[in-house]
Amino acid sequence: MQIQSGKGRSRWANWVIVGMAGAGLLSLAVLPTPAQAPAYKAPRTKDGKANLNGIWQAMNEANWDIRPHAAYAGPVYTLGAAYSAPAGLGVVEGGDLPYKPEAAAKQKQNFADRLKLDPEIKCYMAGVPRSTYLPYPFQIIQGTGTVMIVYEYAGAVRVVNMGAPTKAPADSWMGWSNGHWDGDSLVVDVTSLNDQTWFDRAGDWHSDALHVIERYTPIGPDALQYEATIDDPKVFTRQWKMSMPLYRRLEKNAQLLEYKCVEFAEEVMYGHLRKQPMEGKGDSK
Amino acid sequence: MRRQNLTTLFALAAVTMLSSVVSAQSQVNAKPAPPAKAWTMPRTPDGKPDLQGVYSNAQTIPVARPAYLGAKEFYTDETDKEASAKAAPAGRGGRGGPARAGVAANPEGGLAVHYDNSQFGLGGSSITRAASLRTSIITGPEGRVPPLTPAAQKLLADRRAYQQVHQWDSAQNRPLAERCITWGFEGPPMMPVGYNSTLEIVQGKGYVGIVQEMIHDTRVIPTDGRPHGPAEIKRWMGDSVGHWEGDTLVVETVNYNPLVMVQGGPLSDAAKVTERFTRVDANTVQYQFTVDDPKTWVKPFSGEYNMVHIDGPVYEYACHEGNYGMANNLSGERATEKKK
Repeated sequence: MQIQSGKGRSRWANWVIVGMAGAGLLSLAVLPTPAQAPAYKAPRTKDGKANLNGIWQAMNEANWDIRPHAAYAGPVYTLGAAYSAPAGLGVVEGGDLPYKPEAAAKQKQNFADRLKLDPEIKCYMAGVPRSTYLPYPFQIIQGTGTVMIVYEYAGAVRVVNMGAPTKAPADSWMGWSNGHWDGDSLVVDVTSLNDQTWFDRAGDWHSDALHVIERYTPIGPDALQYEATIDDPKVFTRQWKMSMPLYRRLEKNAQLLEYKCVEFAEEVMYGHLRKQPMEGKGDSK
Repeated sequence: MRRQNLTTLFALAAVTMLSSVVSAQSQVNAKPAPPAKAWTMPRTPDGKPDLQGVYSNAQTIPVARPAYLGAKEFYTDETDKEASAKAAPAGRGGRGGPARAGVAANPEGGLAVHYDNSQFGLGGSSITRAASLRTSIITGPEGRVPPLTPAAQKLLADRRAYQQVHQWDSAQNRPLAERCITWGFEGPPMMPVGYNSTLEIVQGKGYVGIVQEMIHDTRVIPTDGRPHGPAEIKRWMGDSVGHWEGDTLVVETVNYNPLVMVQGGPLSDAAKVTERFTRVDANTVQYQFTVDDPKTWVKPFSGEYNMVHIDGPVYEYACHEGNYGMANNLSGERATEKKK
């Protein structure tokens, strides 16, 4: 349809122009623009909260290195291509980490000594946020007044208090979690983490001053956006943030299995104290 | 002391302080009497009985009934209970009576408790325990775990003979509890331990989660009607599925790791444990269980105790992370060998 312009235009035609312009504006308004947050509205639990129940898992290379990295050989050459590090785009917003100079040096040393130092090798609970993107699933059980987050790796667990915030009685590996809802986002404030856990296998580390604020936001029926704001003034010059999607395990029979890894770590931790050397399972002979 | 974990010790002290505040709570007996005032079952938003909260499953009663009580399954009242404790033959239930839950929890008389609880202020009244007029956790006229089958006895004897020679050879030769793999009390069936008998229940859609402080083990129990997992996958805490029967959560567990021991018996691939959780008043969840493993015991046995609500929290028990005792024990043994 062509609208005539100029003198001969009827009043009716003017209204048509106004109406079409208005419809155009309306349709623009409902289309999401790239700058806006996704307008996904999550299914509800019976008490009206966003339903985050499910078994979730990260699908990225952050556990190797949270920063952008090319693929590189693993630390045990006999494992060859099977256990080398896949390349990853990184999950840190802005890419790099704002280490203090001495802290950056310690990360490099950690990486060099990772076979001795990485707490994952010893089957130690991985803390927050690393537990989230270890290559194992975890489960959210959304209770009333609490949210349980159970991790397959090392059977680690957190029970997030959703009531009035409480103070940690002591530092711990998995920290002390107080949560609240911000719209559809579960926001968890994690404090009292000890200084024994790392961010990744690359030796990225933190102190016991670590304070993590996590956000779990549904972005589709089978995905959450995970964000962790990291504050640790002893190690970093400023706050920084990591973010990544988490995906629902969609297998019909998906369930957390046991990864009680103590027995897999005993030889590396205590093998030097054996009566007889273990035969046939050495790492490089 | 075999294992030291300072964090845990501080946590224990904190538990003690918290627990003493609520230790005077009196609980319903194993035979629930009608509550004094009207109580309605609290429900989760999806209508299921609300079992959520932090509980102590520490007990005033032993697992097995002391022999001198014969077939007596219940005390008539608290007076009878105290009188019975006083009248107990020497060496049976003396020194504090049958309330020494840590000792009671281990029928083998082994190292269920390797700390002196009094050292940490954990003895007696400092722990919240559900009151009970039962004479033992194991129910029925015998009130004790039935005899092992000959096959199970042989299996245990073989293991013991091996252990006598090789127990200090490597970390892998140490008991599962010392290795921080499982204490055997996490169950199912879940049994009181000498300390840290604290658990928290969280209910979400289609699942019940139970975290037990000892040794931060978490049970994730599906209640969505799914069957058990593949029998090839054996698990330290078994493979549990649950369903609701009226207001009772019923959980069935199979597929145990063959190294798991329950009450002195090695669970076989035929083991099936059934648990029933019923909230009976504002502060109490009644816990019942039946262990059926025809390869290990000559007949099934059942037990029952109450869990009592406490303020919590459940502390993080970083058992393996703090297991300095493992390296110390082994290096001590290697040093001893050099001297020989």
